[in-house]
Amino acid sequence: MSSIEANGKTYETDEEGYLADLNTWDKDVAAVMANIDDCELTDSHWEVINFLREYYEEYQIAPAVRVLTKAIGKKLGKDKGNSKYLYELFPYGPAKQACKYAGLPKPTGCV
Amino acid sequence: MAEETKKFMYINRKAPYGTIYAWEALEVVLIGAAFEQDVSVAFMDDGVYQLAKGQDTSGIGMKNFSPTYAALGDFEITKIYVEKESLEERGLTLDDLQHLVWEDEDEDWAEKDSIRLVSRAELGEVLAGQDVLFNF
Repeated sequence: MSSIEANGKTYETDEEGYLADLNTWDKDVAAVMANIDDCELTDSHWEVINFLREYYEEYQIAPAVRVLTKAIGKKLGKDKGNSKYLYELFPYGPAKQACKYAGLPKPTGCV
Repeated sequence: MAEETKKFMYINRKAPYGTIYAWEALEVVLIGAAFEQDVSVAFMDDGVYQLAKGQDTSGIGMKNFSPTYAALGDFEITKIYVEKESLEERGLTLDDLQHLVWEDEDEDWAEKDSIRLVSRAELGEVLAGQDVLFNF
């Protein structure tokens, strides 16, 4: 088991850096995870992260990237519901990277 | 769609809890959907209980994964067959099951029903038309 420090708190993660317990998530750990990847979280990032947390809350799974793209397009508009926009925000893969910052497990169907 | 697209059907025959089959099947369905095949899902025998409304697993220490069925539409799985005889034999009707829908992007996200109630004979025909069957 690995761990991440944020604001004096320790968060347990798996070997790929996903939070072991999604209930321990907060905005501080999301920002620290992003810093590790040299990524600074903007409002645009938070839009996607918050969307993912709501999706997981409702369906108990993280969406695959294709599903995420479509759902973001519906909720936030077509200019954001495309892979170009999402990959610019999350170059390591929108579903994988954004789910990590959102404290969710790695998405099902992520290969 | 690519030429190599195949018709995949996942058949669910077991009660949702007590064995891992139902949850594993759901995960396999979602993973399969990522490969953009023509996917459909069938529920028969005790498998129809997987779609039952109002599941509460707090007494058995298992995750209640029933909310995940509502995400199938997002994964573009829009053909969910439920066998009529299996429901009747268990004293169930469609009203006892979750109302599963998918949203048609081409029609301004109009909600459409995913569940198709079919007789045993009709389901047999659907099965015969598949390329690949997965039994859970």
